[in-house]
Amino acid sequence: MHDSAAQIFISALLANNFVLAMFLGLCPFLGVSNKLGTAFPMGVATTFVMIVASLCAFGLNLLLSALGLDFLRLISYIVIIASAVQLVEMVLKKHSPSLFRALGIFLPLITTNCAVLGVALFQTAREYDFVQSLAFSLGGGAGFTLALVLMASVRERLQLSEVPSLMQGTAMTLMLAGILSLGFMGFAGVGS
Amino acid sequence: MSLDKAKNLDEFMEGIWRQNPVFVMALGMCPTLAVTVSAINALSMGVATTFVLVCSCLLVSLLRKVVPKEVRIATYIVIIATFVTVVDYAIQAISLTLYEALGAFIQLIVVNCVILGRAEAHSSKVPPLPAMINAAGMGVGFTIGLLALGTVREIFGNGTLFGISLFGESFQPWVIMVLPPGGFFVLGGWLMFFAWWAKRKEGSKAVPAEGHQHA
Repeated sequence: MHDSAAQIFISALLANNFVLAMFLGLCPFLGVSNKLGTAFPMGVATTFVMIVASLCAFGLNLLLSALGLDFLRLISYIVIIASAVQLVEMVLKKHSPSLFRALGIFLPLITTNCAVLGVALFQTAREYDFVQSLAFSLGGGAGFTLALVLMASVRERLQLSEVPSLMQGTAMTLMLAGILSLGFMGFAGVGS
Repeated sequence: MSLDKAKNLDEFMEGIWRQNPVFVMALGMCPTLAVTVSAINALSMGVATTFVLVCSCLLVSLLRKVVPKEVRIATYIVIIATFVTVVDYAIQAISLTLYEALGAFIQLIVVNCVILGRAEAHSSKVPPLPAMINAAGMGVGFTIGLLALGTVREIFGNGTLFGISLFGESFQPWVIMVLPPGGFFVLGGWLMFFAWWAKRKEGSKAVPAEGHQHA
């Protein structure tokens, strides 16, 4: 692994965007992307969980490999993520109760956000060192937020326009995601 | 007895049709879109998920009176993660090519919301047998959803089905289908197809039937 941290960051942000190129974290992407006001905080919260999870996973992986307990990796990662989400939930509840209510069920669901577990699993699989892992989780989180914000902006404008009855709801969102994804394909090769 | 059987069948069919996880509830989207570049990937992913789903739901249902309410989600996740680890190692042992094709998405079965959703909404409230039947229905429904996407994407994007060439040498593959945007488009197309079908079934005969709505 000779990729520099900057390369990894840019690649995770654009060319290998978690949502639009790697299909990670689609549930919140489709679920919370109807308002810009909730999409952005959701992205930031997820990014925070990602960074915490990534750093913990890095340390834990060293420990597990040293002890030869590789088969426990998945279980321990998910426990770490669940705790990180709990932390974010407590902080949000104290400092911004309105946001806490707006995010609703999607906040605890960050636990089952595959983008978060994806960060931990991919950095292990690619044998990133500490700085690389940090860059990867930062880039991934920023990319997730970017995709969420883009999608929310498009959907906010779409509310005022007429959508064919067959395409209303999820079908329309998926088509939009497809077009966004098509746009992001233009970044292919950036940062590699 | 026959009433019982009918009820079981109904429970099984629920996941396949009325509450299909892919098309109706839009759950478990990430593996749905990511691994369906070919029919065989889709099928194996579906089978792996079904296995995890049935086993976890059985265990959750057996433990439903033991697990305290406060830590139930954590317990479910650990149960699911255990079975996913089993599947992960099993696939690695059976076929290394498949393991490499599915990549991290086998381990990501843990965070498939279909499984946690079933455990929380159904298995934790009913005895083992109905829980398993319902889980199996959901699993089969999920597999069907994956196959629906996988076949369309493989046929258009690669000109093959389960690796068998369909159109001969002169076929120009529609590459976008096997790339990420294709996943979104095909699923959107299927949803439109089902919306069109539901509308037609409702008997709105005044509206002329529209064309085939494939992506």
